[in-house]
Amino acid sequence: MDSLSSLQTPEVAARFTRLKERPVVLDVRGLGRSFAGEQGPVTALENISFEVRRREFLCVLGPSGCGKSTLIRLIAGLDLPTSGQILLDGKEVHGPGSDRGMVFQGYTLFPWRTVKQNVMFGLEMRGEDKPMSEREALQWLHLVGLEKFADSYPLQLSGGMKQRVAIARALANNPRILLMDEPFGALDAQTRANMQQHLLQIWRNVDITVLFITHDLDEAIHLADRILVLKPHPGRIHELIEVPVPRPRSPGQVNDPVFRATKAHIESLIHPPAPLVKPNETLPLFRLTQRGDDVE
Amino acid sequence: MSSLLTLLRPLSKRARLGIGILSFALPLLVWSLVSYVPFLWHPMVRVATPGDVSWFKEGMQLDKADFERERSKVAATAGVVPTGTPANPIFLPAPHEVATALYSAFVTPPVLKGDRWLHESLWQSIQTIFWGFLLSTAVGLPLGIYCGAYAAIARLSEPVIDFIRYMPAPAFGALMVAIFGIHLEPKIAIIVIGTFFQQVLVIANTVRKVDPALVEAAQTLGAKPRQLVWKVFVPACLPDLYNDLRILLGWAWTYLIVAEVVGVSSGITFFINQQAKYRNFPNVYAAIIIIGILGLAGDLLLAFVGERLFAWKTLRPSLTRRLFQRLLGNRTPLFTGEIPKED
Ligand SMILES: Nc1ncnc2c1ncn2[C@@H]1O[C@H](COP(=O)(O)OP(=O)(O)OP(=O)(O)O)[C@@H](O)[C@H]1O
Ligand SMILES: [Mg+2]
Repeated sequence: MDSLSSLQTPEVAARFTRLKERPVVLDVRGLGRSFAGEQGPVTALENISFEVRRREFLCVLGPSGCGKSTLIRLIAGLDLPTSGQILLDGKEVHGPGSDRGMVFQGYTLFPWRTVKQNVMFGLEMRGEDKPMSEREALQWLHLVGLEKFADSYPLQLSGGMKQRVAIARALANNPRILLMDEPFGALDAQTRANMQQHLLQIWRNVDITVLFITHDLDEAIHLADRILVLKPHPGRIHELIEVPVPRPRSPGQVNDPVFRATKAHIESLIHPPAPLVKPNETLPLFRLTQRGDDVE
Repeated sequence: MSSLLTLLRPLSKRARLGIGILSFALPLLVWSLVSYVPFLWHPMVRVATPGDVSWFKEGMQLDKADFERERSKVAATAGVVPTGTPANPIFLPAPHEVATALYSAFVTPPVLKGDRWLHESLWQSIQTIFWGFLLSTAVGLPLGIYCGAYAAIARLSEPVIDFIRYMPAPAFGALMVAIFGIHLEPKIAIIVIGTFFQQVLVIANTVRKVDPALVEAAQTLGAKPRQLVWKVFVPACLPDLYNDLRILLGWAWTYLIVAEVVGVSSGITFFINQQAKYRNFPNVYAAIIIIGILGLAGDLLLAFVGERLFAWKTLRPSLTRRLFQRLLGNRTPLFTGEIPKED
């Protein structure tokens, strides 16, 4: 932790100081969730507490099965905690609501609605009048660069475009926080990198707090102000890291020494150095080919 | 040939059309062979000249063995030998006879005065189906949707519906006559009984298959429970509901025949029974084929309309859709067949 905070430039340190003065949007206190398993209850999350401040970009990072999706579903109100509480602007959360927008890993656009009608969904549920919400939807589509596809159906869009519409759809509701569960997980590397840049740009232009889940280290460091690292069985907080990489971020920063140091630090958290194999230990039997040169 | 048997590959347009025609042509071919090739089957003889057999009449039909016996009797007494041609039993008319009947059945007046013509019978049947299916759907569709969306409603209604649905609809015939009289009403009631209970269960199951992720997405967008039902569940499975109704309509048709013998026999069933009584079998076949044609045409029409209604589900370029597009002046955005480029 100390090693990382020493990497902060004065600008980055100042930004964190400013951040800490902002009001808390999301307050998670002692959150726990266990599921009924075949051999007794399985604890997916245990004693999770953290705060997200206004306009902060927080990434939740952890290996598969450590309870990331469980956490975000609890915050979204799609699931109920077994212990602890979730406060949004100081008020406890009960059930899903439009104050917490969500972008799912899978594609969840409504296939029977056009892109524009998808973005209008939340406004329609609230009973806004049609011409007004239509204009608003087009503005959000413009923001994600898809106003040309306003009248297309989701089936006609590529994966990256679908997720951009999903972001626009969530933002159109004017939520307090945007919850994203591995939204770019299914995209290829190139599209994914574009989407990350795109998301950062949206975040800069819109007054929105983001809670972003990923299991990709580079993605987390590239996007986040702070990273909440979880460890599995049961899911607990490992460490809450302040990312010292200065903004604006660019894909080229992966080779930056600060970026690499941050990455090395998190890697050492997630994968502690493994004990070496003893030299006289016998390896399991593999069927080794004699003719290795055939492959060349 | 091998390409026709590849799994998971749609048939080419030509193959589809060809095989589709074949599916009708093959049974027709078998029927024609049996009807027109004299040594295939033909277990009977149609008398051409009666000769000296007193009880033979021209045009009458009898078993081959009986004919031979009478012929040899006459031959033994050196009388005039009867002649005849091999024939199929009258319950199997030849294709051309049925084809003629398809037209002539409509223009032959009913045998008894006051009986219905074929087109009147058909109209009566269509009305029975229409009202029966409409009444069943008016209640069954919303109830099925609510059962699919709310577990409590499903628990309340599905066990008893499941119980009733195993009772054969015709068993209610006498009861329905007692309640509704002898005319069209009890017949419509039978169609409703035969359709409704299946309908609720089938529709509830379809609604239950809606992707829960879509429902959750809608919830995070602020949709309330009632909005979820009508703005997410229903539109998400509307194409499937539509197909369910298509299949259930076919079911309703199969109940038609049992429904129409309840009370005063009516509709196409009455026509068929009447024609069979007068041993006018080409007309019987004609009537049955007309039911088939009506059913198939109705189904094709519904499929055609469905494809148009749910463009978002089958965004494939299709001939029918392009036709509609032209007719409707391109009012809705329709897929042109390529994925737009990401900019
Ligand atoms: N509905 C459920 N019933 C029982 N167990 C569950 C349920 N949902 C999650 N779990 C368990 O909780 C743990 C955490 O699951 P979760 O989906 O939150 O992990 P994750 O971090 O999102 O994983 P991934 O990166 O693979 O998405 C897992 O061990 C899983 O088996
Ligand atoms: Mg997950």
